[in-house]
Amino acid sequence: MELQVLDLGVIRGGVPILEGVSFTLAAGHVLLLRGPNGIGKTTLLRTIAGLQPALSGEVSLDPEAVAYAAHADGLKATLTVRENLVFWAQVYGTSDIAPALAAFELQPLIDRPAQNLSAGQKRRLGLARLLVTGRPLWVLDEPTVSLDTAAVAMFAAAVRAHCAAGGSALIATHIDLGLDSDTLDLAPFKAKAPAQDGFDEAFL
Amino acid sequence: MIALLIRDLRLAIRTGGGFGLGLAFFLIIAVLVPFGVGPDSAILGRIAPGILWVGALLSCLLSLDRIFALDFEDGSLDLLATAPIPLEGLVGVKAISHWLTTGLPLTLAAPVLGLLLSLPEDAYPWLIASLLIGTPALSFIGAFGASLTVGIKRGGLLLSLLVLPLYVPTLIFGAETIRRGAEGLATTTPLIMLGAITLGTLAVLPFAAAAAIRVNLR
Repeated sequence: MELQVLDLGVIRGGVPILEGVSFTLAAGHVLLLRGPNGIGKTTLLRTIAGLQPALSGEVSLDPEAVAYAAHADGLKATLTVRENLVFWAQVYGTSDIAPALAAFELQPLIDRPAQNLSAGQKRRLGLARLLVTGRPLWVLDEPTVSLDTAAVAMFAAAVRAHCAAGGSALIATHIDLGLDSDTLDLAPFKAKAPAQDGFDEAFL
Repeated sequence: MIALLIRDLRLAIRTGGGFGLGLAFFLIIAVLVPFGVGPDSAILGRIAPGILWVGALLSCLLSLDRIFALDFEDGSLDLLATAPIPLEGLVGVKAISHWLTTGLPLTLAAPVLGLLLSLPEDAYPWLIASLLIGTPALSFIGAFGASLTVGIKRGGLLLSLLVLPLYVPTLIFGAETIRRGAEGLATTTPLIMLGAITLGTLAVLPFAAAAAIRVNLR
């Protein structure tokens, strides 16, 4: 499963913010997206995940191959850890949540309602969801927010295992995950400010 | 999709799920109206079909903005949109679970509240039949309205304004069925119209709502 992004342009709120983004992500590899706040990392990831249409260019992979994880974890506060995870497993047609629990050390918390988890524990549960999707490309937006050092190591190990199994990951992050990865800086792809169309001058 | 239905029902009955909200509101309306109108059972009996239907409709309206707003706020809607469930199916399941937690309890509670409003005896079967056939349309129209306003903070007012006109035909034919039943007239025509509205909303609105959600998630 290779992701090829060709000359992609993305828009946010009707304004083009990135243009001409091209990269290739082969199976078994990790690509980190960098760039200052507001450059369009989230928008790019949402476009690749199929949540919004691209302005131009193309993404080679079908959104059906993508497991997307955003800033919000999508947890239901009144459901327990087990119920949250089993729900996503059923949605994706997988059944075994044990590996996901093990990878993020959620076993001791399994019957606790999600509203009683700490921020870091919620994040771990949100990331454990990726393991039950069974999809080859992980598209992750700031996955390490509110994780401590040990949990970041857990996450890095999960990504490593995913890549070893033939998957790949596209991650927007600012911290060093200790992964063997390529880095793409988005700053050069910033869309140029829309040219003044000269309407006023022509009018006057 | 069954998993989604089970999850939504489970969320509805847990703390803060809002399961009893519509039912309690319906009860309050049916209890308060006789105090306001007075104890004349002839007048009460005449207005009972309308009161029961208006009550059911407003109770439905009360919980509409929860259909998608909660999932939108905690990020589940983004994740569900990227999951292997078609959005049309998602809307259908959400509307069904709204009906199971609102429309169905209202239908079951209505005969008891009919007693409070001195609804004529002959009208009871038609009360249940019209609510059973009509309330699914309320949930599906409501899900459509909720999908249009998802992402708008405090979109409840806008949602009510959008949805109320669409509820009018259901209200007219629903109350008309009971009125005719109470007077011993033929009820076939309004009942068929009610069924047609429900089937029409079932067939069309999930697609419209899914399109609206796609636009709102951008």
